[in-house]
This record gives sequence, structure tokens and C-alpha cells, in this order.
Amino acid sequence: MTVSPASWRAWLLSEAPASRLQARLGRATRLGLALGHHPLAVAGVGVLAVLLVVVAIGPWLAPQDPAAQNLDARLLPPGTPGFFLGTDELGRDILSRLLCGARPTLGIVALVAVSVAPLGLVVGSVAGTVGGWIDAVLMRVTDIFLAFPRLILALALVGALGPGLENAVLAIALTSWPPYARLARAETLAVRRSDFIAAARLYGASTPRLVVRHVMPLCLGSVIVRLTLDMAGIILTAAGLGFLGLGAQPPSPEWGAMVSSGRKVLLDHWWVATMPGVAICVVALAFNLLGDGLRDVLDPKDTPTR
Amino acid sequence: MGRFRAPGRGFWGGLAAVPVTVLGLLLVTFVIGRVIPVDPALGLVGDRASADALAAARTGLGLDLPLWRQFLAYLGAVARGDLGMSVLTGRPVLEDVARVFPATLELATLATVLGVGLGVPAGVVAAARRGTWIDHGLRVVGLLGYSVPVFWLGLMGLLLFYARLDWVPGPGRLDVLYEGLVEPRTGLLVVDALLAGEGEVARNALAHLILPASILGLFSVASIARMTRALMLDQLRQEYITTARLKGLSEARVLWGHALGNAAVPLLTVIVLSYASLLEGSVLTEIVFSWPGLGFYITNSLLNADMNAVLGGTLVVGAVFIGLNLLSDGLYRVLDPRTRPP
Repeated sequence: MTVSPASWRAWLLSEAPASRLQARLGRATRLGLALGHHPLAVAGVGVLAVLLVVVAIGPWLAPQDPAAQNLDARLLPPGTPGFFLGTDELGRDILSRLLCGARPTLGIVALVAVSVAPLGLVVGSVAGTVGGWIDAVLMRVTDIFLAFPRLILALALVGALGPGLENAVLAIALTSWPPYARLARAETLAVRRSDFIAAARLYGASTPRLVVRHVMPLCLGSVIVRLTLDMAGIILTAAGLGFLGLGAQPPSPEWGAMVSSGRKVLLDHWWVATMPGVAICVVALAFNLLGDGLRDVLDPKDTPTR
Repeated sequence: MGRFRAPGRGFWGGLAAVPVTVLGLLLVTFVIGRVIPVDPALGLVGDRASADALAAARTGLGLDLPLWRQFLAYLGAVARGDLGMSVLTGRPVLEDVARVFPATLELATLATVLGVGLGVPAGVVAAARRGTWIDHGLRVVGLLGYSVPVFWLGLMGLLLFYARLDWVPGPGRLDVLYEGLVEPRTGLLVVDALLAGEGEVARNALAHLILPASILGLFSVASIARMTRALMLDQLRQEYITTARLKGLSEARVLWGHALGNAAVPLLTVIVLSYASLLEGSVLTEIVFSWPGLGFYITNSLLNADMNAVLGGTLVVGAVFIGLNLLSDGLYRVLDPRTRPP
């Protein structure tokens, strides 16, 4: 069988998919093609691809050991041979620290994402499917957490549990899940009365099975889009905790903590605080561009009527 | 803005939910206070005290009671306005919070004024010129506003406008020279100075305020501009806009009069919510600018393991947050005739 790009394309974009896999891949392809018309979203994807490479092989790309202190080479300006972005107050190479710092910085974000989305998904889809007083209680709890100021609650939690990467993740996750529960519940209510749910119930499917097999998969799409849009906010909160000294602890090259250490020498040695800030900004912007593009593609309300 | 309640939900329903939400807030601060690894009694008597002294201190603090009775005692204390003593300042937490809150209020208010002043026109223009380079440019600027870490931007602002260009004074609320000249009345320095007729102090306070408020306001410019654009696009699709244009009204009149007028009510609720998020969001800005507000107070207490102050501050911010949420619902109810019963 010959497989040409054209036949692949035809298979992927077929109006009558023969299998579930084909239908799913087809949907993803259409989404990708639509995103391709968004130059800004493409730029975001490009930056994120580079970032993933850095997360994967950053420590090998780094020209120097990110933790190696060299007090003879303190606070060298950017462009010094061997230290492309200069050195910090302990003589550590900033470029190497940035490359290695992608891991802890994005690690927080990834951990928050994988804990927040399932939690919100479970709470929302259970509340929506079961209804009754369970729904009322779960949504009340969600509303309570929604009414909290996010950073302040995270501060109080980290204060109680002690600073550190794990506690920062826990604090951010605890304050970020409510919107997902809301979203999943709304999606669930939209499908709750569908025929396929009634059919599954008639076949004797239990409520847990209904929630896990039939309702949750339908909520997943919108939860993922929402997650992309939230990524930048999570990165900024995590970096903020790092800046306050409550996130990753030294000598970890987490970007927010790097800005914080650069603050002490800001007025005479601008580059120490500037470089990690630029890195945070670029990554957050990339997520925002991608999320914005995704929303445009998925929300037909906001597309020009032409 | 998904974290905020959709406007238009029953106001009375919202009002009835408030006590539950406040109770939940209290429960959370109570639980956070309980799971602290530091034993409050140990902090009181020191770690060399005898076991008897420690037990006595625990009884004195009520730590030997069952948790639900401790919670009730906590509720009673909060109801009396007793948030405990701050270990750091040696004063009641409520007094401390009342002292530092105006500084945050001052910052968030000016930031919101900037956000509305720049965000609303930007959103209207972007909606009117939709799809053009102006719209795309404003969109990128807005996304940039969402992406910049505020603490970093504050540092960069200080570096450029204070250290290099010397356009604004440094961190803090006033130059040392002017400190203590004005009797605090409202706690808002600019207002106090004007009331006292100290024009120079007011000018200095305003100069200190302008940079942190602009940095803080950038986020609200971005979010208000985006919401304005979306609300305006909703309005511009309506038939009454076509009618107005057919009647021969000028485009400016259609945009700024008809469309913006109808978008104003939901916009107002967005602005109130953005104000609430600025009160919270000012934490990092206050740290960078050594601004003695609530965020600075909470963080500083946190770094000194002064949990009473942290939880008291959290409680106050949470309560203000809930209040502003309710206000935003109420405003919608009062101002939008469509939500009134027929």
C-alpha cells in the first residue's frame, strides 16, 4: 500500500470516519489546520516547542554547571566570552541557570495542571450527573474557594506548610481547581438529558460508570482549552511565590527565585534580574498566544462573519 | 473571567450564599492555622519550658479542647473583631490591618482609574476597527499585559524611571524628608496631605504612587480592554445599531453613545471585580516598591512566622473580596432594567 501525504490528508479529513481513532485524529487535524491560520498562535506553538526541547535536554545544552560558584567571575556583564548572558552575584553563568531552570519552573506548572484538571473534572461531572444535595454541597464548596483571593490563600498555605516546591504546587492547585469544576458541571448539565446517557442507564450502567465512561470524556476538551488559557497565570503565580522565597529553594535555578536574587544587585547589575524575567515573560506569552488562538478557533461566536 | 461569578445570577440567591461563603472562609483560615507545624503554645513559652508549663500554655490557649469547640471559640473571637495579637508588631492584628489597608486601597484605586481610563477606549477602538492592525496590535499588547510578571516589571520600572532617568522617586510612600508632616486622617496620603493643605507633600506622595500604580494597572488595562472589546462586539451585532446607522447618526455617536451605553452595565461589574483582584494582586507590587500596604504586611508577617497576622490579613482580604463580588452582582441588578421582575 502506498502512503502519500495526500491520501493521509484525505484519510484524516474524511467526512465519514470508519473508526473512533480516525474521527479523533480528524478532529485534531482540523483544529491544527485552523490554528495554522493564526500567525500568533503558530508563534506560540513554536516557542513552546523550543521550550520543551530545553526542558528535555537543557542541562546538556548549558555551557557551564548552573550551580558552580566562581567568585572571581562575579557579576560579569552579558557578552563576556564564555558567559553569554553574564553571571550572577555568585559567579554562576546566567544562561546555564536559565536553561536548567526551565525544569523546576515548568515542573510546578505541569504538576499543577495534572492535579487541578482531574480534580475539577471529577467534582464538576459528579455534581452535574448526580444532582440533588450532593450537587448543592459540591458547588457551594466550589463557590467558597472561588471567592478566595488566589495568591493570598496560596501565601497563607505555604506559610502554614513551610516553603518549598511541593507546597507551592499544593497551594496553587488548591486555589485553581474551582473554575474547572464549574466548567465540567456546565458541560455535564448540557449532556445529562441526552439519549445516550439514558440508554447507558437502561443498560444498567452504574452512576460511577456513567460519570467516568460517558460524561467525563465529553468534558475533557473544554477543560484542556481552559487549562491552556490558565497556564500563563499559573506560571506567573508560581514565579511570584518563587520571587517571595516561598517556592523552589536555593540553589535551584527557578526563574522567579532568580529574579528575586537579582533584585539585590538591580541598580548596578541590571542583567541578573532582567534575564530570568524575560524568560518567564516569553513562556507566559507563548501560552497566552496559543490559548487565545485555540479560543478563537473553538468559539465560533468571535469569528468574523465573512 | 472564569473565576468570577457570571453576572445576572440572582442577587438574593447570592446574598443568601454570603454567610455560607464567609463561614467557609473562616473554616479554611482556621484549618490553615491548625495545620501549622509550629505549636503556638511552644512559641509562647519557648522550647526550654517544662512540660507542665507547656501544658498550662496549651490549656490557656484552648488547644486542649476538641477542634469543633476551638472553631466555635475562633468564630466568637472573630465576631468580636479579635483577630489575635501580631507577634511581630505586638499590636492587635485588626488594628494593624486597619493601619496598612489604606495604602493598598490608594494603590489599587489609582491602578483601577488607569485601567478604566486606558482600557475602555482601547477596547472600543479595537471593536470598531476589528480585524485591522490596530485590533491585532491592541490584542498583542493586551496579551503582553497578561504575560509579564508584575514583580519583574516593577523592578524594571524602578531601574529605568528611578535609577536611570530619575523621573520618579524611589520605593516607599514618601521621601524621608516629608514623613510625619501630615496627620493621618483617612490613611490615604494624597488625600490627607491635601486636607492638611500641604501641597508639596501631596505632590511627593503622588509621585511615589504613580509608578507602582501604573505597573499594577497594566493587568487591569489588559483585562478591561479585552472585556470592553467583547461586550462592544456583542452590541455592534445588534439590530438597533443598524437602525442607528441607517438613521444617519455619526459613527462616533453610534459607538460611544449607543453601543458603549448598552455595554456599560456589564462593564461596570467587570470593573468592580477587577478592582477586587487588584486589591489582592498588589501583594507582589507592594513587595517590590516597599509599599507598606496589606500585601506587604501579610508577606512580611509570613516570613517572620507571625501566623495570626497572616490569617487575619487573609480573612480581611477574603471578606473584601466577597463583599465586592456581592456589590458587583447588586450593581447589575440595580442598573440593568432587564433583570427586574416585570
